[in-house]
Amino acid sequence: MMNSKKTLAILSVLILGLGFTLAVMMYKKSQKTETAEMAQTHSDVFVRDYAMTQGPDDAKVVLVEFMDPECESCKEFSPYVKMIMSEFDGKVKLVIRYALFHPNAMMMAKILEASRRQNKYWEVLEVLFKYQPQWGSHHEPKPELVWGFLSEAGVNIDQIKTDMNDPVIQANIDQDQADVAKLGIRYTPTFYVNGKPLEDFGVEQLKTMIRTEIDK
Amino acid sequence: MNSFIYIFVAWLISAISTLGSLFFSEIMDLPPCVLCWYQRICMYPLVIILFIGFMTSDKKVLKYAAPLGLIGWIIAVYHNLLYYHLIPKSASPCVKGISCTTVQIEWLGFITIPFLSLVGFSLILILFFLNSRTRK
Repeated sequence: MMNSKKTLAILSVLILGLGFTLAVMMYKKSQKTETAEMAQTHSDVFVRDYAMTQGPDDAKVVLVEFMDPECESCKEFSPYVKMIMSEFDGKVKLVIRYALFHPNAMMMAKILEASRRQNKYWEVLEVLFKYQPQWGSHHEPKPELVWGFLSEAGVNIDQIKTDMNDPVIQANIDQDQADVAKLGIRYTPTFYVNGKPLEDFGVEQLKTMIRTEIDK
Repeated sequence: MNSFIYIFVAWLISAISTLGSLFFSEIMDLPPCVLCWYQRICMYPLVIILFIGFMTSDKKVLKYAAPLGLIGWIIAVYHNLLYYHLIPKSASPCVKGISCTTVQIEWLGFITIPFLSLVGFSLILILFFLNSRTRK
C-alpha cells in the first residue's frame, strides 16, 4: 500500500511540474511573438515625436526607455544609461517615455516636461533622482520638497510651476500612459532596442542587444 | 488507500490552485489583490499538510486542514460576492494597489480568477466531508 502511494505521489508531482513548465514556456513564446508583431505594425507606440530624446536622429539604434521619476530602479539604472550613451556615442538615439506607476510620478513628469522649455531636462532629471529618497519615500512621500532641490538644476522654478500645467504636457503624458497600457508594461524601467524588448534585465544584456543591432 | 484517496484528490486540487495562482501572478504578471492574498494564505499550506497527511495516512489530517479550507472558502465566497456586485463595493477592504473587483481574466464569459478559487475551495471542502464520512 505504501508503495502504490509513493508511485502515485511521485507521478503526480512529476506531471504537475512538467505541466507547469510547459505552460510557462508556451505562454512566454506567445508573448514574444505578440511584442514582435506590435513592433512591426505599431512602431509609433514606441517613439512619439514629442518625446524627449538624446543622440542623433539617424542613429542606427533607437533605445526607448519607459521610466518613472519616482521609481528606485530607474534611479539606480540611470548612471548606466548615461554610460551606454557615451560608450556608443553617436550610434544610439535615446528616447525617454513615461510609465508612471507611483503616486507622485505624474507631478514629477510634468516638472520634467516643463523643464524642457528651459533646456534643463537632463539637469532636472538628475536632481529628481539624486533626492528621490527624500521626496519619494514610500512611507512618507513629500513631493513638495522637490521645489527646494530644483534650484540645484539652475531652473526658473516659477516658470516651471506655470509651464507644468500646460494641457499639451498633460496630453503627451497621457499618450505615454496609453502606450504603456498597449504594450502591457508593468515594470520600470522597461527598455526597447529597435522595438525589441530587453527581456533579461541587466546592463550587460542591454549593451549586448545594442551591439547586435549596431553590427547588423 | 480507501478514504485517503479523497485527501489525495484534495491535495491535487490545492497543488493545481497554488501553481495556477503563481502562474497568474509571476508569469502573467497579474497583480494579486488583498483578498487573493488571504485566500493564498489558506491554500498554500494545504499543499504541504495534505501531502504529509496522505503519505503518512494520518487520520488527524482534517483537524489541521479543515480550518484552513473553511477560512479560505469563506473569503472566496466573500470575494465572489464583491466581484459580481452582489454586495456593494463600499464594503471592500481593498485600499491599496489593485482593486479586488478588477476583472483580469474572463474565460468562456464566466471563468474568472475568484471563481476558480471558490471552485477549488468548495471541491476541497466536499472531499474533506467525504473523507470524514467514509471513516466512520
